[in-house]
Amino acid sequence: MTTATTPTYIGARVARKEDPRLITGDGTFTDDVTLPGMVYVSLVRSPHAHANIRRIDTAAAKKEPGVVAVLTGKDLEATGMLPVFITVPNMSGSKHMPIAADKARYAGDAVAAVVAETRDAAKRAADAITVDYEPLPVVVDATAALEPGAPIIHEELKSNLVFTYPVKGGDIEKAFKDAEVKTSLRIVNQRLIPNAMEPRAVAARFEAGELTLWSTTQIPHFVQLIASLNLGLSQNKVRVIAPEVGGGFGSKLQVYAEELLVGYLAKTLGRPVKWTEERREGYLATIHGRDHVSDLELAAKRDGTLLGLRVRTVANVGAYLQAFAPGIPTILHMFVVPGPYRLPAYDYEMRGAYTNTTPVDAYRGAGRPEAAYLIERAMDRLADEIGMDPAELRRKNFIPKDAFPFNTISGISYDSGDYAPALDRALAMADYKGFEKRRAEAKARGNYRGIGISSYIEICGLAPSKANAALGVGWGGYESARIRVHPTGAVQVFTGTSPHGQGHETSWAQIAADALGVTPNDIEVRHGDTFESPGMGVGTFGSRSLAVGGIAVHKAAEKVREKVVQIGAHLLEASPADVVVEGGKVFVKGVPEKAKNFGDISMAAYLANNLPEGMEPGLEATVYYDPPNFTFPFGTHIAEVEIDGETGAVRIVRYSACDDCGRQINPMIVEGQLHGGIAQGIGQALYETAVYDENGQLLSGSMMEYHVPTAEDIPAFQLDHTVTLSPSNPLGVKGIGEAGTIGSTPAVANAVIDALSPLGIRHLDMPLTSEKIWKAMKAAGEGRR
Amino acid sequence: MITHPFTYQTPATIDEAVQALGRSREAKVIAGGHSLLPLMKLGLAQPETLIDLRRIAALRDIRREPDGTISIGALATHRAIADDPAVRAGLAALAEAAAAVGDPQVRTRGTIGGSLAHADPAADEPAPTLAFDATIRAVGPKGRRDIPAPEFSKGTFETALGPGEILAEIRFPAQPARTGSAYVKFPHPASRFAVVGVAAVVTAKPDGTIERAAIGVAGAAAKPQRATEAEKAITGTKGDAKAVVAAAAKAANGMTTLADLVASSEYRAHLVTVYARRALERAIERARA
Amino acid sequence: MAHVITVTVNGTKQTREVEPAQLLVEYLRDTLRLTGTHVGCDTSQCGACTVLVDGRATKSCTMLAVQADGAVVVTVEGLATDGELHPIQRAFSKEHALQCGFCTPGLMITAIDFLERNQSPTDADIRHAIEGNLCRCTGYQNIVSAIRAAATEMKTGAARPRVAEVTR
Repeated sequence: MTTATTPTYIGARVARKEDPRLITGDGTFTDDVTLPGMVYVSLVRSPHAHANIRRIDTAAAKKEPGVVAVLTGKDLEATGMLPVFITVPNMSGSKHMPIAADKARYAGDAVAAVVAETRDAAKRAADAITVDYEPLPVVVDATAALEPGAPIIHEELKSNLVFTYPVKGGDIEKAFKDAEVKTSLRIVNQRLIPNAMEPRAVAARFEAGELTLWSTTQIPHFVQLIASLNLGLSQNKVRVIAPEVGGGFGSKLQVYAEELLVGYLAKTLGRPVKWTEERREGYLATIHGRDHVSDLELAAKRDGTLLGLRVRTVANVGAYLQAFAPGIPTILHMFVVPGPYRLPAYDYEMRGAYTNTTPVDAYRGAGRPEAAYLIERAMDRLADEIGMDPAELRRKNFIPKDAFPFNTISGISYDSGDYAPALDRALAMADYKGFEKRRAEAKARGNYRGIGISSYIEICGLAPSKANAALGVGWGGYESARIRVHPTGAVQVFTGTSPHGQGHETSWAQIAADALGVTPNDIEVRHGDTFESPGMGVGTFGSRSLAVGGIAVHKAAEKVREKVVQIGAHLLEASPADVVVEGGKVFVKGVPEKAKNFGDISMAAYLANNLPEGMEPGLEATVYYDPPNFTFPFGTHIAEVEIDGETGAVRIVRYSACDDCGRQINPMIVEGQLHGGIAQGIGQALYETAVYDENGQLLSGSMMEYHVPTAEDIPAFQLDHTVTLSPSNPLGVKGIGEAGTIGSTPAVANAVIDALSPLGIRHLDMPLTSEKIWKAMKAAGEGRR
Repeated sequence: MITHPFTYQTPATIDEAVQALGRSREAKVIAGGHSLLPLMKLGLAQPETLIDLRRIAALRDIRREPDGTISIGALATHRAIADDPAVRAGLAALAEAAAAVGDPQVRTRGTIGGSLAHADPAADEPAPTLAFDATIRAVGPKGRRDIPAPEFSKGTFETALGPGEILAEIRFPAQPARTGSAYVKFPHPASRFAVVGVAAVVTAKPDGTIERAAIGVAGAAAKPQRATEAEKAITGTKGDAKAVVAAAAKAANGMTTLADLVASSEYRAHLVTVYARRALERAIERARA
Repeated sequence: MAHVITVTVNGTKQTREVEPAQLLVEYLRDTLRLTGTHVGCDTSQCGACTVLVDGRATKSCTMLAVQADGAVVVTVEGLATDGELHPIQRAFSKEHALQCGFCTPGLMITAIDFLERNQSPTDADIRHAIEGNLCRCTGYQNIVSAIRAAATEMKTGAARPRVAEVTR
């Protein structure tokens, strides 16, 4: 095996290959797909959070001009149920049809669909449908849903309890018996609404027995699989295309009702069909995220040494179990709550509950922001109780760098880590030492200033397939890549990942370019089309794409390179060990003037008349890469805030973060992922919350009410990084898609509480809005100057 | 998407517009459309006819009249008002309120006339309109009439405009020498409307004593209103910090403050006092400059 | 009742019959098939639909197509001239100011209008100028950098971009 030369493009700030089409309007998003003869779908959604459907009168709708078809739940039995891909022990799964037939279980549950010649006609006809509902008692709160006598969302399950999931390690009783300090806290990780800028959309065409489905999805292969199974089509006759996808953050990590519905309609009507979500509709019918209520107790010694952590949480899964919902509060959350710390004893029990609310699934971070928030709030509470500097408390409990791979108390193995340098660099950037002076200056202005630290780890690289199986994930965690070198030397990379802003076309080209000795411009990366990619791709979520899909590309490129070396050695009459592949040339070490062009080699591979003995013609490789372990990025984020002493309004005045995601392929893209992730984490800490009234009506149901942060709400970020390679893969990469979201929320929340601590305020739940803070200040007797 | 059909007219003069309005009971006048079109998209407004004033160029004018009155046509956009040198010089609180509306694109299309006629209690410009003692000139089948600002707002989405009347211009009287004004706002974090917006207009005597003060408050209650107790409290004082704080503390007196997800009634009332103080401080500083 | 409107879009006069209820964004996307302008919300918040109308950044979801009769409209498809990208387009790519790219056309258009009026903006000015455009991917930092970089280029560049000349 030859070894690659020093990386040229891995680690470089290569301009994105995606940009030219996106800055000129040439990109095609799903809603841009318009076909001759296309008809449009509009859905009727229940205004009630819980109601039996007595009767649906579609007569008037059918008479509306331009109406092609009107469907209700019983017309759609053929599409089957929406899938759930994760099964945890003793799970009570819900029956989830694309259109509810018997009763509506949340406000927004689809109860009928109209197909018409135009969007307007479809919407007008949908408005003409009358549904006779019998409203039922509603439960919105997950804890209340588990009380005896609560309205039951799915009668056949007898209870709203979805699962009880324990994770335990060490002797928790002893930990609390030995404790010199115990701190307890109830914390709420509020429900969020993802708000990818592109609303969801689905378009479909059925022609010559073949269904083509365009969808705003992060997982086109899963959509293909389920569409094939549920619509009764051979899988080779279902082509799913995720064209440009305008952000996902987990909200497009589903097989949604509308995908099956539109596919079904295209097949049965024989006309192209499109559905495009309106934003208000999306607030109701696209998944939400988070929604935990936790009670935690932390046991420690007075010197700050952690002894044990006990947590009880109820997670609200909403009205139905969505695709990954069972795994998010459990697998992706409970195993990583101990964070970067040595914790001798751990006892966590999670309960999931159905409620009359929009289903909850993955939102950026998915379980890990909840974990980081939980442990990092607890650490600050402990620091406060024992009078220890929060930075020093963290440093004292860090897993030391020589302890890796580290088997955690929760039963997983951290691949690598060196946590103290990231903390130190963040502290330096934040001028942590100079903070008290700034606090005093703010006080003189009548304001409160605080600084907050968050040291996090996260779990990426989802996932080793065997680990998936052990955890109840009903699919492998590999990723696929195919590299095709055409006779002329043109290179195409097909990946099973499905980016929606992450820049895989660029990063994958960088990885392949280094292996093949060409430039990223010589490489085209194609994704999101199940007829082009290898047979199965798992998709883009959980910061897995680089550590799994990127490695698949790397391995496929290495395979192709190996063949290039063999052919080159043969043509140059040299030993393969002496062959160099770089700069688009193949030559014998020290004799670059007698080089073959990369294209000469590929041409030879296809001419096939002068190849090494026994070599197959062609120059192409397909790899399914299954990682041996997860990866565990980490870092420290520090936020500094100033609170208006009169109004309670919070301003982030400084934000510093030092992250470690292993080797960076494209630092520009890494920083971009961090910026966006941090902004979303700030959104949770200060601004965003889904609010339901007691009747299950979503009060924060549009961008008029739900505060998606603007440029004025978000500060400039100072970023730094360390590089601790992952031993789990040959490039030493980890993942960075969610780190910003995971690290930022607790840093901001801790900063706000630190600012208010002189008033005796010890905790407030997020979002830390002006009024909430003002009320707390007022209650503390300091509301006014 | 607007799913209900309607007819659309673009009269060339305001008289034609009034006639057109008189012909249809279910007609609505449209200017920038930034209040009406969102309602139509939600199906909450379903006019049979839209009468677009956009061809009536005179309604765009911002004029300074010989007596010092600044007349602002109903079609003047928030952006035009915020940028207008005469408004900035003479009616700073109005310029600041116009600059605080929505976002840049909303200010580019949205108009002061549309905003006032729509009468959203959280709109910004009604606050300075009240504080400057402006009058609203309406044109209807019976001709023209001037409505004093305090009589114009009747409540949430309700005005004194009669059926068939069109808001033509808003007339801001000349301000005496040594007058300063300011508008400050606590915006709704998502919608950018005013949770509380306060316009203060202050005239000082040569010795610095406050001769006259007017405080218009938007966002706080079901309709924009004057903070009369605070106005009285500051008038006759030296406008020093203590007097300003004491006066501002009375700014929410008598107001029935609204409650929503962003601010309870109690918090809104508190914000009124905070923003009244901030507006007064700035207006007094300017009156003395 | 349909109206015949003439709108100059990206330099070309387009005459079409439209229904009064058609929004400008629907006219651009559905009638003219200029799909670079996007719809991200129903409530005039997100700014994804922003286009230049007579040189001014306008939310095309909150304007009727009939109201654009006689206007000059520039969409993202019209920013590059003769294959040469507008400075704002170059800056967005160079500074990595886009990820998914859905909000990008609206942000670039808003920035162009802003930079016409403010040639030496501070970062705070820039953040204020784009408060009507939501981006969920970038955290805005690189968008601010891109607009700052474009400002410098537009100020020092030999020729001002044509898009501004034809529309003012």
